[in-house]
Formats: sequence, C-alpha cells, structure tokens
Amino acid sequence: MKEGVAVAVAAAAASASAAARPGGAWQSGVTRRLQGALVPALLVMIWEAVVRLGFISPNLMPPPSEIVRTFRDLVADGTLLAHIGVSGLRVLTGFVIGATLAVIVGAAIGLNKRLEALFDPTFQALRAIPSLAWVPLLLLWLGIDEGPKLTLISIGAFFPVYLGLVSGIHNVDRKLVEVGEIYGLGNFALIRRIFMPAALPSLFTGLRNGLSLAWMFVVAAELIAATRGLGYLLTDGRETGRADVVIVSIITLAILGKLSDSVLRTAELRFLAWRDVFASR
Amino acid sequence: MLDLTVQAKYFDAVEILRNVAFNVQPGEVVSLVGPSGCGKSTLLRVIAGLDRQYDGSAQVLGEPVRLHSRHVGFIFQEPRLLPWLTVAENVGFELGRRGSRHPRVHELLGEVGLADYAGAFPKQLSGGMAQRASIARGLFTQPELLLLDEPFSAVDAFTRMRLQDLLLGIAAHHQTTLLLVTHDIDEAVYLSDRILVLAPRPGRLVGEVRNRQPRPRDRRSADLSLLKGQVLSLLNGDGDHFDPLDVSEEQPPPSGLTPINPDTFQYAL
Repeated sequence: MKEGVAVAVAAAAASASAAARPGGAWQSGVTRRLQGALVPALLVMIWEAVVRLGFISPNLMPPPSEIVRTFRDLVADGTLLAHIGVSGLRVLTGFVIGATLAVIVGAAIGLNKRLEALFDPTFQALRAIPSLAWVPLLLLWLGIDEGPKLTLISIGAFFPVYLGLVSGIHNVDRKLVEVGEIYGLGNFALIRRIFMPAALPSLFTGLRNGLSLAWMFVVAAELIAATRGLGYLLTDGRETGRADVVIVSIITLAILGKLSDSVLRTAELRFLAWRDVFASR
Repeated sequence: MLDLTVQAKYFDAVEILRNVAFNVQPGEVVSLVGPSGCGKSTLLRVIAGLDRQYDGSAQVLGEPVRLHSRHVGFIFQEPRLLPWLTVAENVGFELGRRGSRHPRVHELLGEVGLADYAGAFPKQLSGGMAQRASIARGLFTQPELLLLDEPFSAVDAFTRMRLQDLLLGIAAHHQTTLLLVTHDIDEAVYLSDRILVLAPRPGRLVGEVRNRQPRPRDRRSADLSLLKGQVLSLLNGDGDHFDPLDVSEEQPPPSGLTPINPDTFQYAL
C-alpha cells in the first residue's frame, strides 16, 4: 500500500514541477524517475512515522496509510469516480469552449493589424482582472448552475491560448512568409501553410497553460457553489473535518492535471517533431 | 529572356538604383557583382516581383514580371526551408500537400544528391544539404529563369565549389537561365558567361566582363585570373590600378557607432 501512496505523491510532485516550467522536457530514463521518487518516498515514510509516534494529531494530518484507506473506500463506493467525472467534464467543456474561441479570436487579431489595434488593448485589460474576481458577477448573471462554472473555466483557458497564438503569429519569420509569397500564396493559403504551422509551437504552450488554468478554475468554481465535483469534495471534507478526504482530493487533482497535460504534451511532441530546439535533442 | 530597365529606385529618401538596364539571353549565366549597398539584391527582388516600388520596367519572356511567375524561380541566400515540412514536401511546396509525392520531387532530390533524405526534416540537414534542397525547390516549378541571391555565401569553401558545379550541371540539364548575385568574384568568374559590375550609392552599372571560355572550366586557369582582374578593375573604377585598402566604397557604419578617427585612435588606445 505504501508504494501506492509513494507513486501518488511522486506524481503530485512531478505535476508541481511541470507546472513550474511548462516548456520543460518530460524526463525519460528509468534511473532518473527512480531518483525523482526517492525524496517523496522518504517524506511519506517520515510523515507516517511522525503521526504514528503521536507528534501530530491524525485528525489534522492523517497518516499515508489512512489516506490510502480513504482513497480505496471512495473509489469502492464510486464517489470519487463520480466527482472526477463531473469535474473532468467541466474542465473539458470549458477548456474546449475557451480554447476554440481563443484560436478564432487570436488568429483574427494576430493576422489583422486593424483588428489588433481595435481589440487587443481590451483583451489585455480584461486579462489583468484576477479570474476569481469574475465569480460574484458570474453568479449574479448566470445563477449557480453549470453556466457560471463553464464560463469561468472558459475565461481561464481563453487568455493563455489567445496570448500564445497572437505572439506565435507575430513571431513568424518574415523570410518564410516571403517564401510563401514567391509561391503566389493568397492570404488564406498563406495563413494555412505558413502562419499556422509556424505559430503552432507557441499555440501549444498556450494550450498547456490554458489547460492547467482550467483545472485551477474548476476547483475555484466548485469550492464556491457546487454539489458535485472534486472542489465540492474538498469543501465537504473541510466541513466534515475529514482531512483525509481533502488530501485524497488534492492528490486526485494533481494526478488528473498531470494526466491531461501529458495528453497535450504527447500531441505536442507528435505535431512539433520538426522543431530544432534544445529540448528535443 | 529578361529585359530590365530601372530608371530610379528609392528606399525612403535614399536613392538605391539609378539607370540600371540590362538583358539576359536564354541559356546564359549572368552574375551581378558589386560591393554592399549597390542594390544588387534589390534588382533580384524587382525581377522576382517581390518589389514593385520603382520607376522602370522588368519583362521576362516579353511579359511584365509578377509575383509567382511560373517562368521565374528564386533561391535565397539562406535555404529558407519550411521547418515543419519534410525535404520532399519542401521541394514540392508549390503543389501543397500532394507535392511530396510528385515524381519530379524525387528526380530533383536525386539530382542534388538528397534522394535518401526525402522524409527528413530540415533540422536534420547540414547547411550545404539544406541549400541543395532549396535548389531542388527552386527548380521544381521548372522555371526558365532562376534567380539566385548569394546562394552559396553561407557554406564553406569546399561545399561552395561542389554546389557551383552542381548548379551548372543542373542548369545545363534543365536549360535554365541563371542570374545570380554574388560577393564572390571567383564565383562570378567561374560560373558566368557575363559579369555585370555595379557600383554603389546610387547603385549603377559600371561595366560588363564577358567570359567566353567553354565549360567545364578550370578554376586555376590563368584566363579566369585575368577576367577576375578585369572585374576588380571595374569594381575599383580606375583602370588597372586596384587598391584593396580603399574604404571609400564601403557602407557607412550602422548608426550608433562612431567611425574611428585615425588621429584620435591611437590616443584612445
């Protein structure tokens, strides 16, 4: 059982480090992974020992063994899976809506100077609003159903994707655009065959940042008003004094965030195999 | 093949070209040589249709030039391969996604010695290989006139000699007319039937050197050295005398840098 916790905590640690440097390479190699698991495993053992020896109250800091038990129980009665399903669906829907809008708007603004002059300052200003500040307004406008949650998640996913795409388009090499012109590409073909592929690396960075923000915002949305979802499980655990449930929720969120990011990471590696960059060596 | 007359060409308020007129006959290999700032690359861009802000006219095969003429191919100083396309897709770029499967792609890759690299990405190629791929791309549209803007300046001397011979072979095989811009007088003399010499500020034609030697030519031959001397004299603008230390032809230093004053220079040290 202890290994199970060690792996879960290792995944949480890995996710934290991936969030710190989204562009970093997924480290491969068995030795390196074993090395990475060393510190978390040690921490888990110390944690267990400290609680067992009575230095910390198990109510506040349940030992890893108890967390594993809670985890098993929550999985066994289907609660955890249901909450995961609800939160996952919200993240997916919100992310897809936000990212799609961001790609459309970002492409239009990145490629058209006039649209950029008109709209970019507004988006930059909106971006400066801390996302949680939207929550009361969204609750007022849209009630406490799925609407405000999905809107909040979409807002969270929108800006990183938008910024990534716009900066990607702005940084397209003029010399490559000239190649397209030599071949007589019209505006649309130029966008499709030069601008979009050239902006793809930057877009992927935006997508990955957007996805991690979507997870952040789903928790925020569910903490405030929800009856289902991992954020609700967190609140519920707090209100019923179940620290073990809170910790299980946190670990689950870390694993889900990491898993969904690695899906995008895999897509990135596949679509951007042509990149001549340090990380791909 | 090509008739070009540029009465004047300004970039902002600076006169770049003045009264440059020449023509190129089918099958000829013509070089434009001159120091930096003589507008030779601008001339190529005019002929390619990339630059339309000038007084004058440019005609290829009797038609005014336009961007993406099937008659004209362009090879840049750098390979400018699209990094997200494979070598074959780059060569067949004109045809879009289906381009890489066109039989001519493999023919051309074979000619430039890259048959094994059709599926490779540009990042896997060396500089010389990338430039060979870009030559293949330039030839894919089967242009009658191929424009080259200092095509071999970024590769080492040995690769350059190989690429020069490769270019001549391919041009002869496809009966392509070549007009190239170069800094390298050896290259101009070795490759060309005619060398057009330009002087800077404003860019203007100062003379022409003909090379009637049959190909293949010997790079070591005394005749080539003689021709090289003629080009150098024209570049220097005063007959037989050539003063390699004459810096008056050089471009002004970029703004922000003060030119070194020889009087104060030693005190600064």
